[in-house]
Amino acid sequence: MVGVMLLLSLLLFVWLRSLPGGPASAICGDRCNPAKLAQIKKTLGLDDPVIVQYLNFLKRAVTGDFGVSTGVQPGRSSMEIFVERLPATIELGVLAMIIAVAAGIPLGYLAARRRGGILDGLTLTSSLLGVAIPVFFTAFVLKYFFAVDWHLFPISGRQGDIEATRVTNFFVLDGLLTREWDAAWDALRHLILPAVTLATIPFSFVFRITRAAVLDVLDEDYVRTAEAKGLSSKVITRRHVLRNAMLPVVTIIGLQMGALLGGAILTETVFGFPGLGDALARAFTGRDYSMLQLLILMAAATYVVVNLLVDITYAYIDPRVRTR
Amino acid sequence: MTPLNRKKERLDGLAASTAAPAAGQAGGVDVMDPVDPVGEAGAVRDAEGVSLLASAWRRLRRNPMFIIGAVLVALFILVAVFAPLLAPHAPDDRPLIGQISASTNPIPKAQDGFPLGGDEKGRDLLSRLIYGSRQTLIVGVLATLGGLAGGVTLGTLAGAFGGWVDSVVMRVVDVLLSLPSILLAITIASLASQPSQWTVIVAIAIVQVPVFARLLRGSMLAQRSSDHVLAARSLGVKRSAIVFRHMLPNSLGPVFVQSTLALSVSIIEAAALSFLGLGNPDDSKAEWGQMLGAAQNLFDLYPHIAFWPAACIVVVSLGFTLMGESMREALDPKSRR
Repeated sequence: MVGVMLLLSLLLFVWLRSLPGGPASAICGDRCNPAKLAQIKKTLGLDDPVIVQYLNFLKRAVTGDFGVSTGVQPGRSSMEIFVERLPATIELGVLAMIIAVAAGIPLGYLAARRRGGILDGLTLTSSLLGVAIPVFFTAFVLKYFFAVDWHLFPISGRQGDIEATRVTNFFVLDGLLTREWDAAWDALRHLILPAVTLATIPFSFVFRITRAAVLDVLDEDYVRTAEAKGLSSKVITRRHVLRNAMLPVVTIIGLQMGALLGGAILTETVFGFPGLGDALARAFTGRDYSMLQLLILMAAATYVVVNLLVDITYAYIDPRVRTR
Repeated sequence: MTPLNRKKERLDGLAASTAAPAAGQAGGVDVMDPVDPVGEAGAVRDAEGVSLLASAWRRLRRNPMFIIGAVLVALFILVAVFAPLLAPHAPDDRPLIGQISASTNPIPKAQDGFPLGGDEKGRDLLSRLIYGSRQTLIVGVLATLGGLAGGVTLGTLAGAFGGWVDSVVMRVVDVLLSLPSILLAITIASLASQPSQWTVIVAIAIVQVPVFARLLRGSMLAQRSSDHVLAARSLGVKRSAIVFRHMLPNSLGPVFVQSTLALSVSIIEAAALSFLGLGNPDDSKAEWGQMLGAAQNLFDLYPHIAFWPAACIVVVSLGFTLMGESMREALDPKSRR
């Protein structure tokens, strides 16, 4: 796990050094002369061997210093921008996942219970469409109808012109903590369209895995036993079917957290939502190397951490894992 | 178990679930001496006495999901092949250029001979959609073939040699898998100084490599310990022959199923790259993802410009997804009832 992160950081470092232009000419800008370029290279330590540069980078990285942003918000420390934008993306991702799970698990269960029925067919088709429609197109369509045409939701941003006190930088949470209900409501309204867009990605997976898992579990002997001994269908559903069917669903939720971050790049760009996905897209177009390095490493780290959380959740749901 | 194992486990599970029919076929066809009829008894057979592949095909033929998917894909390929015959205009012809004025009428309306109207450069939208199927097919197929080639090479190396080769290859694959696929694609696409059709294809191909590699390695490892490989080894067959004639052909089933799904992913990711400005800047040959990416600025006023290429992408990737999913289901021995 640590090995994967180290290897990734090395690959990333070498890759970024090999990019056309390179950080020095990015900082140097359009009106650049060789003398100035050489000076910048020297101060950045770019004349040192790559391995020395990498070790220096690692040394600074463990203290949280990833250098200065050159493209997203020039002059500010990359870590600062990251910390500032992280809550936005977490809010968005968590809400998207809540929507996907709240819709996917009940629908998946119902579809499996009435296999081959109308609901089954409809939801299966829509979940396939969820995979087939490019997420940024979903974003455009939702934005066009719900924000531009019908004015039901704001078009872009995280919060409108509104007095709001910042506590944690999670705007919805801030509003709730400070009892500024209108601020919380406004932030939530800004979140809904991007979150629904983003939710289409995990929804189709959560739905299909739930459906498949419930179908599997319904066939098990212990469900038949439970039915035979006269348990109420409510108890069977909750204790025997859903609890066992949830295991693969938890896995897929963990896996989809990574995909959410990928989808956030596109969704945040369309909705002008100032989160990490938006920062990534800008960092790429602006060739902001320190920002890129930080964001890509953090994306991988998130993936690793989320998977760890999935393992812990597993132990919680499945007693068999605990005893092992 | 380390946490990173989740994604791997899913891929390996996929490999194991679909490797079975291939292995069954191997029992009858590949290893056993054709002169020796006893070999047939070892073959895994379906309850009805049909081989697994044949029964998979029989179930596929009756599966409406597969039929719909196959029809959509067939239509797509036909349109792509016969594009010059179907399209009324060339993709870079500008018959409507005279009607465009930046302030009053940036997009020519639908009219006689131009059922969908024109685009922002005065080209016929319908013709570009039809020609677009060609480029989209090329991007999808080349990216998938690239991913397939890379993945099969790495997976074969890892699965055939095992040991430290396996460890090294799989660590690299782990690193690639630890990033969201679209992020990885953007990262690779931005490596090129000048974006082009090829940078898109290469970026998407590399994203597919770890998935194929992991999948193939999974089913190769399952083959390594199977009886027909043991038999071949005890007969003194060379390792290269065992790998290429016995293990590899029997492990390709899940990989081919995955490549159907990968085609749909490739087309969508190509569109995403174009949207982010990392696509092919040369739009003389129409491509759907590129058309959709270019339409983003006009979306609020002229949504139909984005709608048509998006609809094409959705229909085609739905076709590939339906085909892939139903093939996977048909090949999975657990789902046969």
